[in-house]
Amino acid sequence: MKMITAMVRPSKVDAIKTALLALEIIGMTVTDSRGFGRQKGQIERYRGTEFTVEFLPKSKIEIVVPTEKLEAAITAITEAAHTGEIGDGKIFVSPVENVIRIRTGETGKATL
Amino acid sequence: MTLSSTGRGLSAEAAFDRFRTRVLVRFQDPQLRRAAFCLLALGAGIGPLLAGSAKAALAAAPTDGADTLLMLVGSAMVLLMTPGLAFFYGGFTRSKNVLNCMMMSFFLMGLIGVLWVVIGYSLAFDTGFGSPFIGGLGTMFLNGLGGELGDKALAPGFPISATSFALFQCMFAIITPALISGALVERISFKAWFWFCLLWSLLIYSPMCKMVWGGGFIGPFGTIGAIDFAGGTVVHIASGVAALVAAAIIGPRTTWPNSKRPPHNVPFILLGAGLLWFGWFGFNGASMFASKTAGFPFLTTTTSASAGLLTWCMIEWFKDGKPTAVGAATGAVAGLVGITPAAGFVYMPQSILIGILTSAACLIAVRIKAAIQFDDSLDTFMVHGVGGTLGALLTGILASKTLVPADYFPLSAKIMEESGNFGLFIAQLKATLFTYGFVALGTAIILWVLGALMPLRVSAEDEERGLDFVAHGEEAYDPMTN
Repeated sequence: MKMITAMVRPSKVDAIKTALLALEIIGMTVTDSRGFGRQKGQIERYRGTEFTVEFLPKSKIEIVVPTEKLEAAITAITEAAHTGEIGDGKIFVSPVENVIRIRTGETGKATL
Repeated sequence: MTLSSTGRGLSAEAAFDRFRTRVLVRFQDPQLRRAAFCLLALGAGIGPLLAGSAKAALAAAPTDGADTLLMLVGSAMVLLMTPGLAFFYGGFTRSKNVLNCMMMSFFLMGLIGVLWVVIGYSLAFDTGFGSPFIGGLGTMFLNGLGGELGDKALAPGFPISATSFALFQCMFAIITPALISGALVERISFKAWFWFCLLWSLLIYSPMCKMVWGGGFIGPFGTIGAIDFAGGTVVHIASGVAALVAAAIIGPRTTWPNSKRPPHNVPFILLGAGLLWFGWFGFNGASMFASKTAGFPFLTTTTSASAGLLTWCMIEWFKDGKPTAVGAATGAVAGLVGITPAAGFVYMPQSILIGILTSAACLIAVRIKAAIQFDDSLDTFMVHGVGGTLGALLTGILASKTLVPADYFPLSAKIMEESGNFGLFIAQLKATLFTYGFVALGTAIILWVLGALMPLRVSAEDEERGLDFVAHGEEAYDPMTN
């Protein structure tokens, strides 16, 4: 099992969710977050005073998938989140030791 | 009143005959005649100095229902400006300080609401002390005001109920210190703010009210003869100057200017500006005290606000490339501030001009403030002080003679008769300078005394923690409340 952590544009979350559902990946957690990478910040102006807003809003999507679905999931996310501009985001992949469903006590792949 | 032969008195002819034989005949005595002549001359000399003597020209009239209703509705509208201001200011702060910022305005609906009825009104409009600078103690608790049913007219020439006038003025007394809060947010201790508002209202606001509107030193029945329709000097210059002095004494936020934050909620700012604009119809419109003629102040108020909004946005659009929502809200408020002293004294073209000029001046002032890095946090002086000053001076230049009748504005009308708008401009300038001096000195003294008794600002750690929790034990946006 693998954990996919995708930092994406908030406006792309719906498209990513739809693409993942099409792969029958039906669990995910989305968190509003802020960050910056190569995109840096943006300049905002209030009453003539300029503010550099360095941390821009992003959505952090966390999904745990069986290893065999990993490549398909990454492809789906990449395609749905892509605009080609700086600021599209990043995907991190990490191993998951175990998963336990609290309601039934099931463990491992059966819970996904 | 006509002399009548009915009733218990003498007939008119008999009374006059008695007067002639007993009084007038004696004036034929040359020495008495000389003495009487001297007395008359003396009377003519000091007559104009007696406040209220000119009011004799105004006719007593029964209370008018429509006019009184205008005052009551106007009062309710002006009350709404204070929570409106709380939203307007609250939107600008950091999210950890928003409740404290809004409470600095909202709380005054309690504090000043009681204070005004207990003594504030009396100090502003009573004549007990016989002074042109402060009222008296005769109408404490609004004692006797408006008679047993509260329906008696305010004064000759003012057929609104005395109670509706006191209520209307109460709303002005509430919002004026609330305006000052904009310069002090995110660092002043709430305890110091409580005592500051209490003292400032009694020692600065009530005397200002007396001097400008209560037949006192500055106004048309006083010495300077300046006109202030709805509070250019009393409300805006006074709060603006107090804000500037208080910000200088209390000092900048510890985070200023190195880690500034943009406004935390711009929709709040727009909501607040909208509520202020709505309430301003009551503020300026009902200051006419007469429903039939309130059309002009209602109109000038909204045209000036529109012109102010448009001007601010257009300057931004040309200069920075984009019109901003914060700019639209600020420009509208600047236009409203500018028209306040002039609302009932000018026609439409002048009101548009006032909106444009005030908005542009305030925008320049805001940018100068940003450049010199003075922490008047939410630009109270830059909008209310600068806008109020320009509005007061423009009132002198642009006021129309027809709209400044001698019955209600004897000295001002006389000044205009003798030296035109330039004369009135000089009177407005004197009034403005006097207000700057009085308010600046008074505010400084209040803060120095308070500062000796209690810390005026919170500690740097509390400032960092956020005043919502430190001062009130609350959070506006606690993530654990859902």
